[in-house]
Amino acid sequence: MNFKLINSISVSLLVARWKQTLVAAIGVTFSITMFIALLSFMSGLNDMLDGLIVNRTPHIRLYNEIQASKNQPIDLSKEYKGHYNFIRSVKPKNERAQIHNCPAMIKALDNDDRVLGYAPKIVAQVFYNVGDIDLTGVINGVNVDEEARLFKFKDYVTAGNYIDLKNIPNSIILGKGAAEKMLANIGDVVQVTTSKGERMQLKVVGYFQSGIQEVDKVQSYASISTAQKLLGESKNYITDIQVKLKDIAWAPKMAKEYANLFDIEAVDIQTANSQFETGSSIRTLISYAVGITLLIVAGFGIYNILNMMIYEKMDSIAILKATGFSGNDVNRIFITIALSIGFFGGGMGLFLGFGLSNIIDNVPFNTASLPTIKTFPINYNPKFYFIGAVFSLVTTYLAGYFPSRKASKIDPVVIIRGK
Amino acid sequence: MESIILQANKISKYFHDPSTIQVLKEITFSLNKGEFTSIIGKSGCGKSTLLYILSTMDTDYTGDLRIDGVGMRDKKEGELARVRNEKIGFVFQFHYLLNEFNVLRNVMLPGLKLGKYSEKEVEERAYQKLKILGIEKEALKIPNQLSGGQKQRVAIARAMVNDPLIIMGDEPTGNLDKKNTEIVFDIFKELSDVYNQTLLIVTHDNEFANRTHRIIEMEDGRIIRM
Repeated sequence: MNFKLINSISVSLLVARWKQTLVAAIGVTFSITMFIALLSFMSGLNDMLDGLIVNRTPHIRLYNEIQASKNQPIDLSKEYKGHYNFIRSVKPKNERAQIHNCPAMIKALDNDDRVLGYAPKIVAQVFYNVGDIDLTGVINGVNVDEEARLFKFKDYVTAGNYIDLKNIPNSIILGKGAAEKMLANIGDVVQVTTSKGERMQLKVVGYFQSGIQEVDKVQSYASISTAQKLLGESKNYITDIQVKLKDIAWAPKMAKEYANLFDIEAVDIQTANSQFETGSSIRTLISYAVGITLLIVAGFGIYNILNMMIYEKMDSIAILKATGFSGNDVNRIFITIALSIGFFGGGMGLFLGFGLSNIIDNVPFNTASLPTIKTFPINYNPKFYFIGAVFSLVTTYLAGYFPSRKASKIDPVVIIRGK
Repeated sequence: MESIILQANKISKYFHDPSTIQVLKEITFSLNKGEFTSIIGKSGCGKSTLLYILSTMDTDYTGDLRIDGVGMRDKKEGELARVRNEKIGFVFQFHYLLNEFNVLRNVMLPGLKLGKYSEKEVEERAYQKLKILGIEKEALKIPNQLSGGQKQRVAIARAMVNDPLIIMGDEPTGNLDKKNTEIVFDIFKELSDVYNQTLLIVTHDNEFANRTHRIIEMEDGRIIRM
């Protein structure tokens, strides 16, 4: 009952000063709109930039590093136990980069339910032969289906069909940069030489563009079996296992676990690409800071308008108090006014923010380094809308709090006697 | 035996700004139900100050005030607001109507705040009061469309809407011309005679005061005649 009465008084005061109210609400609307659009855009951009790396990078990469054995013969000697030894010029053993106990590891990964999937890979150092010239390059032998499923391989194959890599024997998808240098068109045959001198003819079935030019000049893709043939290795020769997890945050811990379990090198994505984490968190921080600043400015606008309204309505407040409204009631009237400005301004802002994001989302954005991006990226995360809604109410509440308290403290006697 | 509605016991008040002056000096009196009383005195004698204390709006005083037998001394702000709402109707020199609302709504506000009746009933009661005061035709107008006398009558209707124990007036005719003063006085008289309404009116219009049942005259913060 009382609630309804206070509401109706608030609404009447609001309507009586509808121009000021509108200005205040537009302030909130504007800031929420910008807040939503800014964060959606920034976060979309972040996701895109992260995606450049994260899409194509395994959460954990398992491989064998070529390195000198940590246990030299002298360490095993009983005679010199307890002595220090210094050995100079230790060289690594002629050991292949192969992962040894591959089937067992694959079985373990299959049984680990934290793992989303894994894709075996062979990295082969090669030369692309272009007439007299040899260009250095890397051929990645990949499991085409898994690569497409886990690492969005398909998105980065800009010409040709990625599945041909699996279906056509001895085929290759060339990096865009490498293909340009070799003047190789789709359907052409190119020749590559391995580091051990083996030569092989491969048919070009597509171009690959990662968005990082230096990479595209060097890297090409072939199927695992083609790569094994190229290197003259057996069917169980694999140099890398790329693991994708259900949650990227588990990567550092699980990398350590796998390194111990399999006695192998394991690198997690956070360690390998720490700069991206930092970059995106800073960008997020900046966009939140700007958005919140906008809201606070809008809050000051509301504060001003309420303050003015209270000065104008001194008489009304005095008479309300004289006829039996308590300080609390008056306080609630002005808080209701502030909150309704926040509620309607904020709601409108959420709506317009969505609209503005949508417009940005449709602005064409073409860049050579990002083949899959056609328009500006936008992240429509409901979280931003939630934060915007909560924040608009909180700011307007705070902006209304002090003027309302002032109104509730007005002494009717002072005003009435002043006349 | 007539029941005592309002009792003031040794009420004193000081103003501290710029220097401490005692404006009310141990005022003691009581009002019975149905009495039509006026307080007169020269400007600055403290009559308005006293009225604001009696109306519970001013709480900065010493002494004891009982309304309807209940002490007001130790009540909190919210409780005093409730007392004003329920038991006291107030009419000021200026009408203080809210221009955001129409006349009917203005009269209804204290009734809605009291919350004793449904909105429909409050509306009905407000309409009745306007009828008693002869301005029911203006019910749906906005206050600033009315004449000064009409506004003051609306203010009286607003003071009456909760059927208060006592209606207090601070120079309710101070801003009105002869004709409207007459009308307002007649209304007060009628309320007193027909409805047995207790009234306490501060005025410096001696002619007005002489026609009330009882005159309390003040001088220099003291009651000199009652």
